Amino acid sequence: MTTAPLAEVTASNSTLRGFLHGLPGVDRVGADARAAMLGTRSIKTTSKRQAIDLALRMVDLTTLEGADTPGKVKAMCAKAVHPDPTDPSVPSVAAVCVYPDLVATAVQALGGSGVKVASVATAFPSGRSSLEVKVADTAFAVADGASEIDMVIDRGAFLAGDYLKVFEQIAAVKAACGSAHLKVILETGELSTYDNVRRASWLAMIAGADFIKTSTGKVSPAATLPVTLVMLEAVRDFLRTAGRKVGVKPAGGIRTTKDAIKYLVLVNETAGPDWLDPDWFRLGASSLVNDLLMQRQKMATGRYAGPDYFTLD
Amino acid sequence: MSERVVVRKTYKLFIGGAFPRSESGRSYVVSSSKGKFLANASKASRKDAREAVAAARKAFPGWSSATAYNRGQILYRVAEMLEGRRSQFVTELVDADGVGVRRAGELVDAAVDRLVWYAGWSDKIGAIRGSANPVAGPYFNLSSTEPTGVVAVVAPEAGPLLGLVSVIAPVIVTGNTCVVVASERAPLPSITLAEVLATSDLPGGVVNILTGSAAEIAPWLAGHMDVNAIDLTGAEPELAVSCEQDAAENLKRVLRPASGKADWITDPGTGRMTAFLETKTVWHPIGI
Repeated sequence: MTTAPLAEVTASNSTLRGFLHGLPGVDRVGADARAAMLGTRSIKTTSKRQAIDLALRMVDLTTLEGADTPGKVKAMCAKAVHPDPTDPSVPSVAAVCVYPDLVATAVQALGGSGVKVASVATAFPSGRSSLEVKVADTAFAVADGASEIDMVIDRGAFLAGDYLKVFEQIAAVKAACGSAHLKVILETGELSTYDNVRRASWLAMIAGADFIKTSTGKVSPAATLPVTLVMLEAVRDFLRTAGRKVGVKPAGGIRTTKDAIKYLVLVNETAGPDWLDPDWFRLGASSLVNDLLMQRQKMATGRYAGPDYFTLD
Repeated sequence: MSERVVVRKTYKLFIGGAFPRSESGRSYVVSSSKGKFLANASKASRKDAREAVAAARKAFPGWSSATAYNRGQILYRVAEMLEGRRSQFVTELVDADGVGVRRAGELVDAAVDRLVWYAGWSDKIGAIRGSANPVAGPYFNLSSTEPTGVVAVVAPEAGPLLGLVSVIAPVIVTGNTCVVVASERAPLPSITLAEVLATSDLPGGVVNILTGSAAEIAPWLAGHMDVNAIDLTGAEPELAVSCEQDAAENLKRVLRPASGKADWITDPGTGRMTAFLETKTVWHPIGI
């Protein structure tokens, strides 16, 4: 495959379908087994210390509740800049992720700290609205200062085989993003098969995604290791085929340091060490940060830390 | 017919209401007082202790907010279940301590009675530790008891059943949850007690029992920032001192080991319950 055919596959729904269904199938058992095998790898002491700090720098600290208030978002932004106020050596997280109406609050709270503001958009989490609404939702978040947009794909259209509709929606949202980075949420928990995950990954990347993200966090199962493995393979192959590098963001259900380190191992072994950077790999999470901080403190003090000594999220 | 092969047992830990193997995969041989092989027991590591603390912390909100009546009923139930396993405990005590069957039976009966005795205290401890305080102002001033939280317990080496029950019951009856390091020499009664607890109505995680070396595990529990108190009853003097120093880091309540030979038969008094209680005082305005 070369770059030229990729431009042609979007000519019509049938060419797009032909291309996506022509992708090699995913060996489900093999993917599960490989992810499980990589998950057993033991990471000790100095490597673990580095992994914890890297994972912290990769976190998109997220709050996506109906009950979110400006106060909660400000508190979360403070935590994003200084996850552990008692220890200045703790790095800031990569970004905060909020609903569009709270973007302005987050931008103001973060100031020049370097932590980015990501916003979900396009009728999150279901994605069930008209294209006009989705584009307007995106434009609203971008106008308020969001530097990253997390959009959801239309899973209904995708599962119905209307790939061109999904493609056009992603492209339209990408255009509305302007200079903001676009993360495309595949909601893998609703795609049923790993083959669909691979197809959705390619579809999103062809349409211009800067990142592909597993889940909204509102559907179970959210991020899993095998699904992330399939997506990492897709970005690796996409770089070889189209010459463009795309990032990956698993989100939802990553709560412990052990989980986070499993993902880092998976990235290193699948896409390669080039992706081990907050520009190319993110972890969508909220409670994960406290566990990382507790593990960090355990390594520093030699005693197990307790949640009483960290902020609530 | 060939001779039957005896099953060589390897017992497991009791964490969060389940019976997992030690994360470390280690086990050690448990022998009778006469040196006969009895079984293998898991040798818990610091990571098992960490898991146990997490389980105890998770169980704390539910257990501490259960009514005193409910906690008392569950302890009665534990006593009933323990009574039902009387013969098994007698055999284990005979093996572990080399005592006679009659003496072992008395010790098991004493353990059952001890549970029933503590069960009765669940709704009465507030009456002797709480108070209505006279204050110079228009207020009702009331003090009531609250459980301390997660309590680490180093169980006594002597008294593998009665001693164990006598340190666990006073901790949990008031609403605390606990992580217990069982007697290293004679862990089998603690494992059977875990089976008793798992089949009574005690919520998982309220009592977690680790078998293995107290010298290895206790310092990790003493230093753990999410443990609120530590009972050093079974700790050797040197270990008790270092654990108390570690415990100072987050101001844990500490119950020091008693001097002299422990006597588990006599009336224990309320000291073990009140050692792991906090006092909450409420000022309630009147006449407004």
